Amino acid sequence: MAVDSIPQDQPAPPKVALINDPRARALFFQVLVLGSILIFGGIIINNTMDNLASQGIASGFGFLNTTAGFAIGYSPFLEYSEENTYGYALLVGLLNTLLVAFIGVVFATVIGFIMGVARLSKNWLISTLALIYIEMMRNVPLLLQIFVWYFGVLRALPGPRQSVDLAGTIFVNNRGMFVPAPVFEAGFGLVTAAFIIAIVGIVVLAKWAKQRMELTGQPFPVFWTSLGLIIVLPLLAAAIMGFPMGWDYAELQGFNFQGGAELPPELVSLALALSTYTGAFIAEIVRAGIQSVSHGQTEAAYALGVKPGVTLRLVVIPQALRVIIPPLTSQYLNLTKNSSLAAAIAYPDIILVFAGTVLMQTGQAVEIIAIAMGFYLLVSLIISMFMNWYNKKMALVER
Amino acid sequence: MKKTITAFAAATAAALVTTAIVAPASAGPVLDRVKAKGFIQCGVSQGVPGFSNPDEKGAWSGLDVDVCRATAAALFGDASKVKYTPLSSKERFTALQSGEIDMLSRNTTWTLVRDTALGMNFAGVAYYDGQGFMVRKSLGVKTALELDGASVCTNLGTTTELNLSDYFRANGMKFKGVFFEKADEVVAAYDAGRCDVYTTDQSALAAQRTKMKNPAEHQVLPEIISKEPLGPVVPHADDQWFDLVKWSLNVMIEAEELGLSSANIDQMKAESKNPGIRRMVGVEGDTGKNLGVDNNWSYNIIKQVGNYGEVFERHLGENTPVGLPRGLNKLWSKGGILYAPPVR
Ligand SMILES: N[C@@H](CCC(=O)N[C@@H](CS)C(=O)NCC(=O)O)C(=O)O
Repeated sequence: MAVDSIPQDQPAPPKVALINDPRARALFFQVLVLGSILIFGGIIINNTMDNLASQGIASGFGFLNTTAGFAIGYSPFLEYSEENTYGYALLVGLLNTLLVAFIGVVFATVIGFIMGVARLSKNWLISTLALIYIEMMRNVPLLLQIFVWYFGVLRALPGPRQSVDLAGTIFVNNRGMFVPAPVFEAGFGLVTAAFIIAIVGIVVLAKWAKQRMELTGQPFPVFWTSLGLIIVLPLLAAAIMGFPMGWDYAELQGFNFQGGAELPPELVSLALALSTYTGAFIAEIVRAGIQSVSHGQTEAAYALGVKPGVTLRLVVIPQALRVIIPPLTSQYLNLTKNSSLAAAIAYPDIILVFAGTVLMQTGQAVEIIAIAMGFYLLVSLIISMFMNWYNKKMALVER
Repeated sequence: MKKTITAFAAATAAALVTTAIVAPASAGPVLDRVKAKGFIQCGVSQGVPGFSNPDEKGAWSGLDVDVCRATAAALFGDASKVKYTPLSSKERFTALQSGEIDMLSRNTTWTLVRDTALGMNFAGVAYYDGQGFMVRKSLGVKTALELDGASVCTNLGTTTELNLSDYFRANGMKFKGVFFEKADEVVAAYDAGRCDVYTTDQSALAAQRTKMKNPAEHQVLPEIISKEPLGPVVPHADDQWFDLVKWSLNVMIEAEELGLSSANIDQMKAESKNPGIRRMVGVEGDTGKNLGVDNNWSYNIIKQVGNYGEVFERHLGENTPVGLPRGLNKLWSKGGILYAPPVR
């Protein structure tokens, strides 16, 4: 680049021998490194294949089409049975991982922000409690916390026949939490449509309100209007269609509750453990972020007569976020990867189902571990990409 | 960007190195490797009383452990030349395939897939077992056919997991499976009421029951839903090592048949005129030469480890906490199916 921009009318740089040309040398060494890495990699792959063949260990990806023959205890999104393939079992495990990671990220963020702010509270009790929470969570190994939650939850809850019964609709016992599942009838499409329209409306409204604010300085109550829109529109649609929705209640049959939607104790305790653990790290990040905004900023805003709430929202938080987001991203990545501890308490994530049972039944460790690694890599890259995009959006725009 | 690409390539290469190292470099090297080390690295369970269980001092004992000790007695003339690697049901085959252990002796069922696609050989059967169900007595269940809709706890990556599905499907019943990596967690979760049923090999049910809070609260249902021939496993591609493990186990069984035990073997060696016994104590024949070990190999096994019956009574019999009957594992001549090919 620097070379391209040399003005043409200057005298050409003196000719140097290729060996002394820094660009040629850089290129040479890069090709050398890349070449040797490729050759090295090739030898290793070749060697692995040879060794597998000489030991008579099966290889290849054909097994993904073989009938699985084993059960998976929890599959909320896909209908799975023993007759499905290993490939389909992989999909079930993968979705279960995404589910627990998603729940974990949401709750960890909420816990983290609350605890981070509490840590800075002027109230001694609140800030000390937050401190104790953070230090305890950060300093006890996660696997131990998962076991404590799991066996704690199990021991605390009664058996299915003595379930805790919340108004005859929600049941809690040591087999999980059973809630009514919504059943959508014909005509529910309109309600969904209304919901989507409401969301689009909110986006447009927010854009418009922002523009108007910048032009005229007139604020508009975007939040309350949005809340109204998102509740009223779908409700209206539902009323027009005669409330096309029912509930499937869980019922005690034989050993356990049937019907409804189920949250098994494995999912609940894993999500709890992941979010309380990561929440403690996020709290520290939030605290550091808020403290990084110099007090002068707040004072300047007050001096201009900006109200404290607005100061926090428009002055402190946007600047704190710039500091918070990058480390927050790595916490989200950690949480996702930590969710692979699921296997210890029988939550059927990708590691338990695929790198566990399927690996044991097929013995194809190399392929299976490669797929599992590829999956975590992909998820991590997607999270990073999203957070980078958000970070750019939040970064200070210098005018 | 350039930096990221190089870093990524390096990381990939590193990952591949690890997988490549996982496979041993040359074919048929297990026996050589064992001889060079001077001890056998034996894969066992993480603690199943009677089969492979560590005591407070970390010394391992049990039927599966004794199969490894017998092999060490045959090869080194010293049953104590064994080191143990505790493995979960999920880890065990990778450990064998990767050469981390030389043999696996850990209540492992002989199946076609394991014997072929997983690159392993089963060197015989040390215990004939079958899968059973355990429930709380308070459930009032009399047979496994009443288990429709039950929650079932067991170990993942086992034949147990597959038989369970087969059995419920074949009988048109449903169940909720809860599969753990480690046996201790299975027992703890079942004990904490997470599951109505705990299923695994019947022998292991008896063994694990001794770990429960109140063993008397539980009962084993009458159904045996599968065949579980449990035996020692070696990697493919080392026939000599395979032979040695196989015949070490056979000698224990043959010794019981011949009435040879650790207690009487020295006397028999001095006095017996029975050619079968004379071969077993190493004064006639050259079985050792054929296996590539000292001709005293079978004498050492019996002297240091004992015959099958002794080993069974020591770890699993009626006088132990596990308290299993011999059942199928009696000699073929006594109404069981235990049968060793001729040691000659
Ligand atoms: N025989 C079956 C099951 C073997 C198995 O893993 N059994 C469990 C049930 S107790 C066990 O031994 N666990 C001991 C451990 O994980 O340490 C197989 O080979 O797949």
